Parts: sequence; C-alpha cells; structure tokens
Amino acid sequence: MNDASLPEPSDPLYKIGDIVRIKVAHPPGHRRTPDYIKGKTGTIERYCGAFINPEERAYGFDGIPKKHLYRVRFDQSQIWGHYDGPEEDTLDLEIYEHWLEGKSL
Amino acid sequence: MSSNDEHEHEHEHDHDHGHKEDGSPLNYADDSRHDYDEASHYPLITEAIRQLLIEKEIVKTGDVQERLDFMDSRGIELGAEIVVKAWTDPDYKARLLKDGTAAVAELDIPMADAELVVVENTNDVHNLIVCTLCSCYPRTILGLPPDWYKSKNYRSRAVNEPRAVLREFGTNLPDGVAVRVHDSNADMRYLVLPARPVGSEKMNEAELTELITRDNLVGATIPSLA
Repeated sequence: MNDASLPEPSDPLYKIGDIVRIKVAHPPGHRRTPDYIKGKTGTIERYCGAFINPEERAYGFDGIPKKHLYRVRFDQSQIWGHYDGPEEDTLDLEIYEHWLEGKSL
Repeated sequence: MSSNDEHEHEHEHDHDHGHKEDGSPLNYADDSRHDYDEASHYPLITEAIRQLLIEKEIVKTGDVQERLDFMDSRGIELGAEIVVKAWTDPDYKARLLKDGTAAVAELDIPMADAELVVVENTNDVHNLIVCTLCSCYPRTILGLPPDWYKSKNYRSRAVNEPRAVLREFGTNLPDGVAVRVHDSNADMRYLVLPARPVGSEKMNEAELTELITRDNLVGATIPSLA
C-alpha cells in the first residue's frame, strides 16, 4: 500500500548502480528478506518507492515511517555455490532499506 | 483485506494443475495441502473470523462471497490485453517497461494496492517470476495463481535451478540467453512481457491474444505459433 497522504521518510540512502550487501540478521517474526540472500552482495537495479513497513504492520503496528524499497540484482553464481547455469544468470528481489548496508561497511 | 494487501497463505484449491507441452502432468503437486484438512482448525477459525467480522459490521454478509466470485471471474484476459498492446504499440511498450502501474492504468486496468513491474523477454534475457515467501501473484490481471506456482517445489527450485524448472515446462532457451529470476517478495507484482513470436507479424489483435497463455506471463513458457 502506498498512501500518498502519509509522511514520507527521509531521502533514499542508495541509488541505482550502488553495490550493497544484505544484512545477516535473524530477527523473529514475519520478515520479507529471505534467508538465501542474507550476506550476499548485489547491485541496486531500481528504486521502487516508500512503503508502509510490512514487517511491523503484520503485528498491528502502523508501519510508519514508510521504508524505502529497492530491487537488487544478484549474480546467481554468487548466491549458490552449486549454481550450474551461465555466469550471466541473475536474480532480482525486493529489499527494504533497513536490510541493506554499503559493501564497504 | 485486498488480495494484494498481505502475503497470504492461501488454501483455496483451483484444481488447475500444470501440464508440460506434451500434455503430461508436471510434478508440482499442490503441497500447500499438507497443512490443510477439512477437519482441522483452519476452516473453523476462518469461519469464526468471518462471522465475527459480520457481527461487528466490518464486512457485510455478501462481501466475502462477492470477493471470491470476483477473483474467480478473473483470468489472464487483462494480462494478455496489456501484452498485445505492448506488441503493437512501441511507445506504449516503452511506458509499460518504465512504469507498469501507470501504463496499465492508461488501459483502465487498476492494480489495487500493488505496483506492477513488467519485465521483457529479449534475445539476451528470459525472465521467470516466483514468490519464495508465499505465492504473491498479479491476481488483478492474471486471476488466481495455478497450483504449481504455489507449490514448495516450484518456489524453492525456481530460484536456485531455474533452467531445470524451465526445461520441465518444455522451455528450452537458445544459447546466449541469460535467465533472470524475479523473487516477488515484497510490494511489487510482476508480469513477463514475452517476445512477439516470429511469424505473427500479420496477425490482428484478436489473433495475437489467442497466442498468449497464463504460463507465458509468468515466464514458465514462451508463446509460439505452433
């Protein structure tokens, strides 16, 4: 849900082309970042907008401030040790900003 | 709650099993059934919640059935309409790839609460859609997802061995075509824009629409004239 009447969060931290790493964390509850991508490094493919935080809304909180959502592209060979396709194969998924960290961090 | 609103764990059974190109059934049993049992507490809880919502006047008696009927009435018609428009209007295609939600709104097709991302199959890239967390699917434009899309088998293997999954659907990609998997894990919904089949140049919109199947729009298969 993307209700324009709700306050916007601060500016997005990342831009298209930035290299980011997905945090390795296992907080309890309904999380939108699948385990298989934690700790992996990818590139911001697009900025999707700011959305009510579903990880809080799932438990009855209002999910405000909204969270920036990005699509991040990963090389399949980097995700899976056993990936048997060509190096050009990729996987995109949606990651909320609080799951991202700059590669150098 | 709208169908796009949350990552639901659906238990509806649409008895729509996938088939390979040769007609033999795919090995994607609806394993979401393992935790569904007519005598279990899930249907009872569902019914209790429905009755409470009606009692507290949050929904009206007919609302639930009306919503179910609406979802049942949806098929791939809107998805196919979007694809044919993109095949026949290059300017529209450019807008569709840039901002899917806005471009489908031009056709009076609403996305409800979700945003639409359209990904194009080209000579270099083939796209495949999956939702590993549950079974997110662009229901407003494609209707209910098939059982195989919701199966754990598909949801796990589409991300780590997509080429094997594609082969099982009878989809053999030429050398040099990269596979790009899209995990629909948050607020976007995805539609694959297939390449317009070679040989369809003289077809009208109605004929083009006939070429498009549901599985084409998820990226499991590719439309062809055959």
